[in-house]
Amino acid sequence: MTAEVLRLESVRKTFGAQVVLRDVDLAVPEHSVTALIGASGSGKSTLMRCVNLLEGIDDGAIFLDGEEITDPRADEDAVRRRIGVVFQSYNLFPHMTVLENVTLAPRRVHGVARAEAEARALELLDRLGLAAKAKEYPDRLSGGQQQRVAIVRALATGPRLLLLDEITAALDPVLVGEVLSVVRDLKEQGMTMVISTHEMGFAREVADRVCFLDDGVVLEQGPPEQVFGDPREERTRRFLSRVMASGRLQG
Amino acid sequence: MSPGVDGEPAADGAAGTDNIAVADAGLAKGTGAALAKGTVADDGYRPSERRLAHEAYRRGRARRSALIAAASTLATAVALYLLIVNSPGWEVTRRTFFNLDYARQALPEVLKGLRLNLELMLGCGVLIMVFGLLLAVLRTLRGPVFLPVRLLVTAYVDFFLGLPMIICLLVMITGVPALRLTGVTTDPLLLGGAALVLTYSAYVSEVFRSGIESVHPSQRAAARSLGLTNAQAMRYVVLPQAVRRVVPPLLNNLVSLQKDTGLVSIGGAIDAVYAAKIIASRSFNFTPYLLAGLVFIVLTVPLTRFADWLTARMNRRQFQGGAV
Ligand SMILES: Nc1ncnc2c1ncn2[C@@H]1O[C@H](COP(=O)(O)OP(=O)(O)OP(=O)(O)O)[C@@H](O)[C@H]1O
Ligand SMILES: [Mg+2]
Repeated sequence: MTAEVLRLESVRKTFGAQVVLRDVDLAVPEHSVTALIGASGSGKSTLMRCVNLLEGIDDGAIFLDGEEITDPRADEDAVRRRIGVVFQSYNLFPHMTVLENVTLAPRRVHGVARAEAEARALELLDRLGLAAKAKEYPDRLSGGQQQRVAIVRALATGPRLLLLDEITAALDPVLVGEVLSVVRDLKEQGMTMVISTHEMGFAREVADRVCFLDDGVVLEQGPPEQVFGDPREERTRRFLSRVMASGRLQG
Repeated sequence: MSPGVDGEPAADGAAGTDNIAVADAGLAKGTGAALAKGTVADDGYRPSERRLAHEAYRRGRARRSALIAAASTLATAVALYLLIVNSPGWEVTRRTFFNLDYARQALPEVLKGLRLNLELMLGCGVLIMVFGLLLAVLRTLRGPVFLPVRLLVTAYVDFFLGLPMIICLLVMITGVPALRLTGVTTDPLLLGGAALVLTYSAYVSEVFRSGIESVHPSQRAAARSLGLTNAQAMRYVVLPQAVRRVVPPLLNNLVSLQKDTGLVSIGGAIDAVYAAKIIASRSFNFTPYLLAGLVFIVLTVPLTRFADWLTARMNRRQFQGGAV
């Protein structure tokens, strides 16, 4: 049994009267990939925002490397430094070049010297086929390129855990392939990741565990063969058949 | 699914395309220039008949627009001229306001005074930008510790936004010396400058604040996710974008500051307006006033045009970022 990077215990999160996460338990071992699936509005993004402390939780606890990060005494900035996030809508900084986007956190947060940060950034960009774009501004890049830059930006600080929130939702099928192959490589390198996705085929292929979020709880979780091949819960079955009907299981 | 729209911030609506004819002409020129300059790809492409026809049509339209604009401007000028020259009081007005002798006599004095206005504008301008930005940033501080700071800044801004400039000046120039505080200057020029800084900092802080608020919250969230502190997110992500967006309204404030430096003359500092007043009261002729006014206009026109140009340029780049 390898170490546990992330653990959620009975997490509850509400927005006013709306309960988004009711009682969520989740464990993410080191070097594993966990895929969150579930209908739109089931709380996948909210879960990730809670892990990254962009949202406070109402009850329960979240642990990063065994340390409770939802403890009010925890240093939020220090926690965020250990987690990389890629948002569905990229959120690149439009006033900075690709290189500046990538080196901002290493330089300002981790105190890496400029030359060193840039060398490392260029190496990462090169690995994702973006070296030629280092001096461009984000608005001159395609959606897939922007999303890959966002991934590089999240990786540049050497995070312990990577959260990828529907990173392909805004992309056309070709670009989806482009971005997903990057995720595959990361898995190869042993990066611990939590990804939320509507690409069931991809979840099936890349994930070690699949969690089905429904009505604020993790209704079903297990290896992808089991969740996709032989779902235990009726609601999982129904969700998957609906997705199947829209043709997204093949990925 | 939430659509990924935060890349496109709401247009700030500062566009000032006031002249359709000019805008038209500019557009046609744009497409023409791309052809002529050879910035297009070098792949043996020949523009089609259709493109040439379209461009010829656009050029024709642009010429027509320019002609109409010129004709209507001329007609308006002639009408105004006739109206003024034929008005019953024209002769008297001409003698008291448009006397070339007095103008020649007043010009050097007015220009000498104008130096003061320019110095005031530059000195105060720098201070105003710094204070305005500081006030705006202070106002965005969250957390209970900063409540008194926020309240104070809000009260300050509300107060000076409402206070007429002239009253602020009078209070500073006459009130402060009356207090006989030791170590505090009684120089009307410095006090007047201070009044300008007080008032304009409030205006400018509102401009900066609107800029800060126009930066989408997801930008701050992205910065915080990378581990940047609140202050770092402000410094490296929010402010650079905010400042870029408010450059045009800031320039407009600078233009109006340039004019308001003339008000400092009520304290007795000899600026362009006061220089004109001295000569006017000696000669009972108002030409020097008109001259001083013209000098100010000549100064502000380039600034205003620059602000327009910058606004148009920024609107052309639909995206707010980039190398501006
Ligand atoms: N800041 C907020 N304030 C109020 N309600 C919110 C907020 N953020 C999310 N919600 C609500 O929480 C619920 C879950 O949203 P969330 O974005 O986590 O869903 P999701 O599973 O990521 O959906 P999708 O697949 O469409 O991205 C939604 O009903 C949404 O309306
Ligand atoms: Mg989501």
